[in-house]
This record gives sequence, C-alpha cells and structure tokens, in this order.
Amino acid sequence: MHMPATHSSIEIAYNGSMKILVIEDDREAADYLQKAFTEAGHTAHVAGDGETGFALADAGDYDVMVVDRMMPRRDGLSVIAALRSRGNTTPVLILSALGEVDDRVTGLRAGGDDYLTKPYAFSELLARVEVLNRRASAREAETVYRVGDLELDRLSHSVRRAGREITLQPREFRLLEYLMRHAGQVVTRTMLLENVWDYHFDPQTNVIDVHVSRLRGKIGKGFDKPILHTIRGAGYMLKSG
Amino acid sequence: MALSVPALMKTTAARLSALYLLLFALCAVLLVFYMTSLSARMLTGQTQETINDEVLGLARAYQRGGLPLLVRVVEQRSRQPGANLYLIADTNGQILTGNVQSLEPGVIETEGWTTQPFSYRRFGEGELERQRNPASAPNDTQSGQNEVQAEGEKGHNAIALVLRLPNQMIMLVGRDLGEPERFRAIIRRALMLALGMMGLGGLLIWFFVGRAALKRIDSVSEASRRIMGGDLSGRLPVTGAGDEFDRLSENLNSMLARIATLNEGLKQVSDNIAHDLKTPLTRLRNRAEATLSGKHNTTDYRQALEGTIAESDQLIKTFNAILMISRLEAGYSSETTSRVDLAAAVRDVVELYEPVAEEAGVTIETTVQGAFAVNGNRELIGQALSNIVDNAIKYSTDATSKPTVRVTLDRADKEIRLSVSDNGQGIPDDVDRARVTERFVRLEKSRSQPGSGLGLSLAKAIMTFHNGRLDLLPGSPGLSVVMSFPAREDH
Repeated sequence: MHMPATHSSIEIAYNGSMKILVIEDDREAADYLQKAFTEAGHTAHVAGDGETGFALADAGDYDVMVVDRMMPRRDGLSVIAALRSRGNTTPVLILSALGEVDDRVTGLRAGGDDYLTKPYAFSELLARVEVLNRRASAREAETVYRVGDLELDRLSHSVRRAGREITLQPREFRLLEYLMRHAGQVVTRTMLLENVWDYHFDPQTNVIDVHVSRLRGKIGKGFDKPILHTIRGAGYMLKSG
Repeated sequence: MALSVPALMKTTAARLSALYLLLFALCAVLLVFYMTSLSARMLTGQTQETINDEVLGLARAYQRGGLPLLVRVVEQRSRQPGANLYLIADTNGQILTGNVQSLEPGVIETEGWTTQPFSYRRFGEGELERQRNPASAPNDTQSGQNEVQAEGEKGHNAIALVLRLPNQMIMLVGRDLGEPERFRAIIRRALMLALGMMGLGGLLIWFFVGRAALKRIDSVSEASRRIMGGDLSGRLPVTGAGDEFDRLSENLNSMLARIATLNEGLKQVSDNIAHDLKTPLTRLRNRAEATLSGKHNTTDYRQALEGTIAESDQLIKTFNAILMISRLEAGYSSETTSRVDLAAAVRDVVELYEPVAEEAGVTIETTVQGAFAVNGNRELIGQALSNIVDNAIKYSTDATSKPTVRVTLDRADKEIRLSVSDNGQGIPDDVDRARVTERFVRLEKSRSQPGSGLGLSLAKAIMTFHNGRLDLLPGSPGLSVVMSFPAREDH
C-alpha cells in the first residue's frame, strides 16, 4: 500500500475506502454517483466536463476514475489518452451508451481498464470500481491465494481446503482463482462472464449462477462455514468467517 | 402534355439531334470541298494539256514559216469560236494580234504558266481587224466593260502560258475557265441542296424521336410523382418493347418492390416494438401506480421497487438486442473480425451451458470433426451459439425420450456447419419455422417462456454479418438449427 501521508487519515477512518473521480457531464447522473459512492464509504469528486476532469485527474491522486465517454468540450477517450501519455496510471472505468463490440475495443485501447455500458446497475459499477482499485491489484503477483482455510496454488493448479485436496475442472479453477483474487469484494455475474469466460454478452439464462453453485458445492462440501457468499442483487463474494 | 418547340429543345434527344446534324454538315462540307478542289485541279490539268498541244502546233508553224506564218495561224485560229485565247504582243506589251482585247495588267510580263486565273476580255467575232487599240490595262476597266457589253461578251477568267518569241515578242496561249467554273457552281449548288435536305431531315427526326422519348419520360415522371405522393403500390409503365426505357422501368419497379418490402418490414418491426416494449412499460407503470395508491409497509415498497428494477433490466436487454440487430444489419467495421476457432467456440459455449443443461436434465452431446476456423468475431459467434443452445435446452425438456441436445461441427462442401439439434417437440409447421427468426416472433406455445423473442433474430443477424446462413430444419423429432459459415480459403 503506497498511500501518501495526507490520505492515511482517511485510510484509517474508512477502511477500504477509495478516492474516486467521476467525470460525467450529466449533472443528475453525476450527483447520483457521488451520493451512492459516498454511501458506500468512498470519497467521490465530480467533474462536469472533460477539461475540468483532466485538470482534476492530473492534479489529484485518485484511486479510480469513472469517465463518461461522450462529453462536451473534451470526450472521455481523449481525456484518458492524455492522462496516460502524462504517465498517469490511475485505473479508469469507461461509462458509455455505446456498448457494441468495436466500441468496447476502442475504449480499452484508449487506455481504459474496464468498460460499462449505460444503463447500468449501481451495484455493478461499485463492484467493478472496487475491483479496479489499484490497491487490490497487488494480488496479481501472488502465486498462492489464501482465504481462510482455502488455498489455491496458481503454479501447480491445485486447490486445498483445510489441507484436503479439491479437484476442479479448468474453468472452475479459473472461476475460483478470480473469486479469490478479489476476496472480500463483490464480484458480479457479468464480471465473472467477462473475466472467466471472456464473453461480454448477456446470456439469456443465468448460467453463471449454476457454475457458482457447483463450485460452492465442491469447495464447501463437508464444511459447515460457508465461504462463497451470494450478495443479493449484486453477485458473489468469497470471504472467510 | 405540352410539346412546344422550346420544350422540345430542352430534351436530350433534341440536343443529340442538333449535335449530329452539326457534325454531319461539317463532314459534308469537308467532303464537298475536297471533291471540288480535286476536280478543279483535274480540270486545270486538262486545260493546261490543251494549251500545251496548241503551243506545240504553233511552234511547228513558227518553225515552218517563221513569225509571219505564226501570226497568220494565230489570227486564223483567233477567228474560230472556242475557249482558246491567243495573243501576240510586242516587247512593250502592246497587243499586236489575237482574240484578247484586254487582260489583267502584269499577266504577260512573266513567262511561263500563269500562277492564278486572270480575268480578260476578248474581241467579238470579226472585230479583230478593226480593234487595234493598245490594251492599256489600268484605265481600261470602265470603257472595256462598255465594249464588252456591246459585244455581248462578258469578262471571263482564264489560265494561260506566256512565251517569249526569239525576237523578244510575247505570245500568250490560254484557255477560258468557263467550263470548270460552271462545274464548280453545279457542285456548290448540289452541296447547298444536300445540306438543306439534311437539315430538314435532322429537324424532322429531332421532332419525332424527341417527342417519342419525351412522351415516354413524361409518363415515367408522372408515375413517379404518383408513387411519391404515397401510392407505394404504383409501378412505372412497361410497354413491352423491351427497349432501354422498359429496362429502366423494370429496374425501378424492382427497386420500388424492395422499398415496399423494407417499408412493410419496418412497419412490422415498429408494431412489434410498440407491443413488446409498451407491454412491459405499462406493467412497470401500473406497478408503481398501484404501490403508491394503496397503504403499504416497507417490505411491500421494497418488493415493488425490486420488481421495477427487474422489469427495467428486461426492457434494457430487449432494447440492447434490438440495437445490436440494427447495428449488425448496418454492418460493423472489418476491424472487429479475426480468425475464430469454431471448435473452441463450441467448447466454450457448451461448457458454459453444460451445468444449466444438467440441472434441467438435458444431456449435451458434442461432435467436433476437425479444427475449423472462420473469419469472424468470437464474441458474436459465441452469442449466436449460446442463444441457440439456450433455446435447444429449453425446448428439449418436453422430449418424449431422454432430452438431448446435439452440437455438431463439420464441413460440407464449401461450408462449415455448426448445427444444434434438440429432440423436443420441434416446430412442425414450415411457415412457423421460417417465421421464428423474424424479430419478436414467438410462437404461441413459447409465449409463456421467458425471453424477448429476439434470440434467434439476433443469431440470424450475426450469421448474415458473417456472410453465412441460419437455417431451421425439422429434426426427427425436434428442431435442428444450422449455422453455415463460408469456409476460409486456406482450409
């Protein structure tokens, strides 16, 4: 955790809270986001257009930015590209009304880290923003994930719980790997479909639920304490105790 | 229909006729000019030959009897009627004898052939002896004319050979050019007549052809105006002559038919959208209204709001699907396509749906005969296949035998076929089978099932985007949905 001294007090006050910059020209939407992020325990600043957003992002030290793609004065993609060229690596989630395959590709190519199509559920946005938080990405480098008595070795592709070997299919392994990397965070069904299956469409049936309940059966079999929780109206969370 | 001349002038036919007329006239003028100059040259040659013969005869006379005999012969010949001219003048240019009364000054000063036809006046018959006036050329014009008129002779043009006799006297032997000039005049007259006839013909053709074309075009214009006025069932007239106007009308008619079909489709889609979006919107509104009107506790409000969100999500899904189909039909940039491994796509989708199928008691059997690849978009192919597999699982549950979905990937000829078959009740009616890929079409028995009715339409749009086809074939039992991709060249 490399937080500047000025932020440490906030850090202590709200454990896991983030400083979020919302660049969105729709006043109502921006206010709603600010309020919702604040309720979720984060600090959110709002910029009403690309120019202001760029200035704020360039000056402040944000954990995550939420950038609307289409804005007056300066569009979201050019703001992101300009920030990236100045060496700013703050994770960016792009919000856009354009949600087709090629739109997503151009958005991510401009330097975005995630892409969410309007209209969206706030729970989805919150889950994605929390996962994007750079303090969470430190896990990427770890070879062994541990959550409570559950252990996943990324090199040997083995999973143990309380020392007992659990056999998983390759996809189940990737599913668990993703859930464990973001342990303690809400992970939505769409996030799972995107990150584990690499699909960005919406399946007609809730196929992900069945996969998760299967995985839950495998890792929870014979254990009293549930480790893989369903968060109502949002998704799932892997958490011990 | 106004067919005044100014209107006619505005037609293409008239302009073309005028242009052709001009070109033909120009060609005719050039041709006639060439012919006259050629014949003139020929006639001049003939004249010169005659003169040469004459000179030869005179030369022989001179050899035999010297100057006296020559003069005698010249005088004698001068008296004979004909086109020949004779003149003998002294060293000062004073005419001594011959049948020329006067001629252009300077003609006899240079020896040899006259370079240009010159004008002259000749004596009348028998007047030769009497008239011995020196031909002082410059002031002779007025008086000469009077004399000529008196003689009943006119000024003529001639060409001549001028010779210097050994005693420095000048002899001129020439020939009148009356005949060649008459010939030229005849040709000129013929040319004018021909041009006149051509012009008249052109005008007539212009008028009739132009009028006929104008009439056809006017009828087409009138029909177009009628169609533009809203009568989309109207068609342009086809005379059956099979000419270019007919072909044009036929093409325009098929275009109109296509527009009418599209228009019909659009109308149907908007009707469907109106129905399929308005129904849930109405439900949404009614739910909110009902919740507000009655006395409820917090749990009721929560439930109502949750229901509202669920309903909105479904609406958003439907809306996204409609947008996506439109985008696919409008076409994506080629940037979004790359090599897609179909076997992997099948594996991914089957694996995604396998747990759902198992929960529903449906077995998925996969047969992949080789690693087939196509040019396309993995995401879109995955979405189409998952829609089809999703449907197959839903509809195989009413199978009489063990519910099974078979996913087969193989190659037939120049096509790679990815077929998904279920063993449910299928769609027995041919018409219904074709209809289910239309937007929002949901057969009666499936109305109760969740879904937007856009899954197969989207799959079809995706297949069209991939230059492929989506076919629905009757199974035995059940339904077989076949995605056919064109095979890549390198396979």
